[in-house]
Amino acid sequence: MNAATVTRKPYTPKEAVERLRHGDLGAWPVVGALVAIAVVFGSLNEHFLSPENLTNLALQMAATGTISLGIIMVLLLGEIDLSAGSVSGLCAVVMAILSVRQGWNPILAIVVALAAGALVGLLHGIMFTKLRMPSFVVTLAGLIGWQGLLLYLLGEGGIVNLPFDGFVAKLSDTWLPAWLAWTIVALLVLTSGGSSLVNRRLRLAAELPVPPAWWAAVKIGALTAVLAGAVLVMSADRGVPLLLVIFGTLVVAFDLVLRHTAFGRWMYAVGGNVEAARRAGISVTRIRVLAFVLSSTLAAFGGILSASRLSAVNQGSGGSDILLMAIAAAVIGGTSLFGGRGRTYAALLGILVIQSITNGMFLLSVDSSVRYMVTAAVLALAVAIDSLARRGSTT
Amino acid sequence: MISAKNVSKRYGAVQALQEVSLDLHPGEVVALVGDNGAGKSTLVKVIAGVVGPDSGGVTIDGEPAHIGNPHDAQRLGISTVYQDLALCENLDVVANLYLGAERRKWSLLSHIRMERSARDLLTSLDVRIRDIRVPVAMLSGGQRQSVAIARALIGEPRLVILDEPTAALGVEQTAQVLDLIRRLRERGLAVLLISHNLADVRAVSDRVVVLRLGRNAGEFRTADATQESIVAAITGAAA
Ligand SMILES: Nc1ncnc2c1ncn2[C@@H]1O[C@H](COP(=O)(O)OP(=O)(O)OP(=O)(O)O)[C@@H](O)[C@H]1O
Ligand SMILES: [Mg+2]
Repeated sequence: MNAATVTRKPYTPKEAVERLRHGDLGAWPVVGALVAIAVVFGSLNEHFLSPENLTNLALQMAATGTISLGIIMVLLLGEIDLSAGSVSGLCAVVMAILSVRQGWNPILAIVVALAAGALVGLLHGIMFTKLRMPSFVVTLAGLIGWQGLLLYLLGEGGIVNLPFDGFVAKLSDTWLPAWLAWTIVALLVLTSGGSSLVNRRLRLAAELPVPPAWWAAVKIGALTAVLAGAVLVMSADRGVPLLLVIFGTLVVAFDLVLRHTAFGRWMYAVGGNVEAARRAGISVTRIRVLAFVLSSTLAAFGGILSASRLSAVNQGSGGSDILLMAIAAAVIGGTSLFGGRGRTYAALLGILVIQSITNGMFLLSVDSSVRYMVTAAVLALAVAIDSLARRGSTT
Repeated sequence: MISAKNVSKRYGAVQALQEVSLDLHPGEVVALVGDNGAGKSTLVKVIAGVVGPDSGGVTIDGEPAHIGNPHDAQRLGISTVYQDLALCENLDVVANLYLGAERRKWSLLSHIRMERSARDLLTSLDVRIRDIRVPVAMLSGGQRQSVAIARALIGEPRLVILDEPTAALGVEQTAQVLDLIRRLRERGLAVLLISHNLADVRAVSDRVVVLRLGRNAGEFRTADATQESIVAAITGAAA
């Protein structure tokens, strides 16, 4: 085999345009948006890009980002989960009641709350697959119903405070010491560099095309720069928040599962063409139920992280704009509403966009009315890009 | 050899198939032709296990085969490419070829092994796709049809059934797919081709089986048959 066939050629401009037309934009629109946000808010307010504010931003992202990660699981199937906000609040309340009012071990309370989330998701999944109710309706009922259960459980008091020095509250007040943060960065860079090197060797041995070596080097370099930059900034303040590490771990873990297991492949298949998946012998029902279970469980976890930051749960837990923020983040990050397209990094990138807009406007003391409108405009833009990409890929 | 023997199937008042028989030999392309509603798709569905016959059945090498569902058919080496391609447009060629039959190791996908054998398979069929890692949505109609047909070969079948594989294709892409069908024959597979296009049928098939109103209405060696005699059998005009 000659060198030309072994090296996968970079795309010619014409092919690149063709890929763009087919919606293969990747993460570039989001990265562009982030740069624009940094420039605009950074120039309007000198505090926006300060280590303290950026560290706050990292801390604020985790809860809604985790919920958004769950939303991605159902969006990949072309479905929607409108109940994620309510479920997050409900499970946080379950956790708080068990650990504070009942005096359970907090870790056990968290596990039970997550199991409750999984159960809720199972119920949604069964209603969707067996009763054939549209996911929109099932989870809309969930949105109202689980909110009702939350209020019922909270009862008279309406609020449960978590002890400030308790395990749950500590989660969001733990900061990685610099040496640990740098060790993690080094490990991540080494693992990803090493695995791409091994993968390259194996592909060459199997006489499969590989991207040019400089491209792999650029990718590793970019990863190193981003991670090191983030750690540098946050270490200048309180350090890397544990919450961010937890969220990041979830994003990476789910990405690996989706890309390297048959379950993940089948998620994309069901989202791309249900009929084809069914004919290929994939149990579509099982995939769908699992997606709803994952969505609700991740929502539950997001709710717990949120309760940790507030050190309390109340009647507003999981309410107001959390659900819409989570859905918007997934879509802004590049997950298609039509199913079958998107990666878990969408949760990370999308929530970063939304949270920095929110945070930046807060710093500028812009009224929340304006903030809503700006977020809506960003969401509309993301959905428009998604719809155009879909049109491009079906014609 | 795979045969359908005296297959009958009734849908309510419609006798879709009446005592229809068909033999399929390795290394032979058989074209199944007939007017709309003649029962072609129904016969294929019986062989592929999608519907059960009222009487009659399928034999493999002379032994009656139990085909209760599509899975049974696949296990017995009968692979079907349906008219609507049943590809996932968002997945790449490799993922589509192995969909539902992914090669795994410790429950992790063996990307490299699948890509290697996908390449070998496509090369052996002379299917040209520049980058098999792009989503299928970006391929031409002929390339997609080729992927769908290649996919039928993953389970090492002995019979491949193609329902109207060239219906939606232009001239050049039709030629590509016909070439591919010839290569299936060279591999020693039995091929059953349903088509309304007699030009295609004459170009690739070895034998033509005609159905009319749910019954066998003639069988020709393609090399010996004239277009007129086939048309006459299809329409029922005195030949
Ligand atoms: N599921 C069904 N229910 C009722 N009748 C059916 C069903 N499937 C097929 N038929 C009838 O059986 C007869 C044979 O149909 P079939 O689809 O096998 O024809 P065909 O030769 O494939 O036609 P075409 O060339 O239009 O695809 C037709 O009269 C059709 O209306
Ligand atoms: Mg038909």
